[in-house]
Amino acid sequence: MAYSDKVLDHYHQPRNVGALPKDDPAVGTGVVGAPECGDVMKLQIRVNAEGVIEEARFKTFGCGSAIASSSLATEWVKGKTLDEAAQIRNTDIVAELNLPPIKIHCSVLAEDAIRAALADYKAKQQSAPNR
Amino acid sequence: MAVKLPLYLDNHATTRVDPRVVDAMLPYFSEWYGNAASRTHVFGRQAEDAVERARGQLARAIGATSDKEIVLTSGATESDNLAVKGAARMYRAKGDHLITVATEHKAVLDAHHALEREGFQVTFLPVDRRGLVDLAALEAALTDRTVLVSVMAVNNEIGVVQPLAEIGRLCKARGVLFFCDAAQAVGKVPIDVEAMGIDLLAFTAHKMYGPKGVGALWVRRKAPRVRLEPLFHGGGHERGLRSGTLAVPLVVGFGAAAALAAELFDDETARIRALRDRLWAGLQARLPNIHLNGDLAARAPGNLNVSFAYVEGESLLMGVSDIAVSSGSACTSASLEPSYVLRALGVDDELAHTSIRFGIGRFNSEEEIDYAIDRVVEVVTRLREMSPLWEMVQEGIDLRSVRWTGH
Repeated sequence: MAYSDKVLDHYHQPRNVGALPKDDPAVGTGVVGAPECGDVMKLQIRVNAEGVIEEARFKTFGCGSAIASSSLATEWVKGKTLDEAAQIRNTDIVAELNLPPIKIHCSVLAEDAIRAALADYKAKQQSAPNR
Repeated sequence: MAVKLPLYLDNHATTRVDPRVVDAMLPYFSEWYGNAASRTHVFGRQAEDAVERARGQLARAIGATSDKEIVLTSGATESDNLAVKGAARMYRAKGDHLITVATEHKAVLDAHHALEREGFQVTFLPVDRRGLVDLAALEAALTDRTVLVSVMAVNNEIGVVQPLAEIGRLCKARGVLFFCDAAQAVGKVPIDVEAMGIDLLAFTAHKMYGPKGVGALWVRRKAPRVRLEPLFHGGGHERGLRSGTLAVPLVVGFGAAAALAAELFDDETARIRALRDRLWAGLQARLPNIHLNGDLAARAPGNLNVSFAYVEGESLLMGVSDIAVSSGSACTSASLEPSYVLRALGVDDELAHTSIRFGIGRFNSEEEIDYAIDRVVEVVTRLREMSPLWEMVQEGIDLRSVRWTGH
C-alpha cells in the first residue's frame, strides 16, 4: 500500500504520544476500538478553566493510518473549545491525510475517540460539579 | 560488512533468480529461440532437447522415476487447479467426495469451492494448534466416494510440514489419490513422491530461485496410472494435459534451479535453519510477549512466523520499511480479515493482527539477520510505547476483562 506523505510524517513523528492522569477531573479519556479488530485508540484531553482543550495525548494500536489519524486528532483538538472539538469530522481527517477508501475506518475511529474523550470529561464534570 | 538495503526476507513470496539459473536461460531467449514442438528444424530440436533435460532435472528433484510424468505449466496455481479439478472431474463416476485442509493455499481451497458449485462434496479438515493435520480425522473422513485428498507439503505462512508419508499410506490403503502442493517445499524439505506415496505433486520455479511464470505438475503414470481432465485444450502439448507452447527459457531455468536446489540441499538447509534459529533466538532474547505461530520442529528451515503482541502488523511493516517481510495482519489484505491460516490454528484475532512472516533464503547472511533483529526490536519497542494495549498490560489490566467498543 502506498502511504501519503502526511501519513508517513505522522507515523514517523507522531504528535502528542503519551498519557495524561486519567483520574484528574480536568482530563477526559476516550478508548475506542477492539484488539481483535486490529485497532484500539486512546485519546485524552486536558480542559482548562475556560473550557478550552489545552493538552491532548494519544496512544494507538493499529496500522499506520490509524496512528496518523489519532496523531492528527490530538493536533486538531488542541486550543479548541469542547463544542469546537465536537465539530471535527472523520471526513476532514480523510481529506487531510489523503486516506484511501479501505482506511476510512481509521478516521471514523479517531472521530469516535474525540467524542469519547469529550463525553468522559463532561461526565466527570457532572459527577464533580463544584470543581 | 555493511548490510545492503533494502533487505529481502520475504522468500516465501518469491525468490531472487540465482545468477547460475539466469546464465542457463539466456541462450534460449536469443540464440535457440525455437518452438519445442517444431521437430523439423534445428531450432526446434535444440529447444526440445533443452526442455527434456529440464524435465529430467525436475523429476530427479522430487524422486520421480520417469521424466514423462512431469507436466509443465505456468506455475503452482495452474498446477493446483489442474490437479484438483482435473482429477475430480476425471473420476466423477467413481465418487464425488474430496478432502483437503483448512490451511491450504487459496489456489487449492478455491479450486475446491469451484468444484462444490459443480456438485462435489468437500471435507475441509481442521488443523491442531501446531498447524498439523490430524491423521485420525483424515482417516475418519475417507469414504467409499472419496476420490482425492489434497494436502500441502509446507504451509506458505507458517512453514509447517505435514506428515506426507503417513497421509500417503492412508490414501493408498483406501485407493484414494493423494495430491500434494509442494510449492514451498521442493529444495527446502525432503520430497520423494515414491517414498511418500504421492500421486500428484505441484511445484514452481520462482520459490526455488528460478523464474516466475513456470511450474510443473508431476502426474503418476504407474500404480496407479493417474488420469486428468485438462483445463486447457489446444495443440495437445504435455501429453494432452496442458496445451500451449512451452516457455522454453523459463523451463530451462526451472530445470537448472531444481538441479541446483538438489545439489545444494544439505548445506543450504542447514545454513538457512541456523539463520532462522539465530533470528528467533535474537528476537526472544530482547522482546517479551512474542509468540511463534506454528510448530517449530515440523517446520521448513527458512520460515519464522511471529506475533508481536500489542503491535499491529502493518504498522510494524511500516517501521521496518527497509526490510521486506509480510504480515498476517488484516490491514495488509483487501478483506480486513486477519490470516485464515492463523485463525485455523486457533490463534486469537488479536494476535493474528500482530503477526510477521520472515522468509529466509539462499542469499541471506548472518549480518542481515542481525540487522533485522536490531530493526525489529527497535520498532516493536517504539510502537509498544505508543500502544494503549501495552500500557494496560503494564498497569496489570487483563485485556480480556475490558469491554471493547468494537466497530
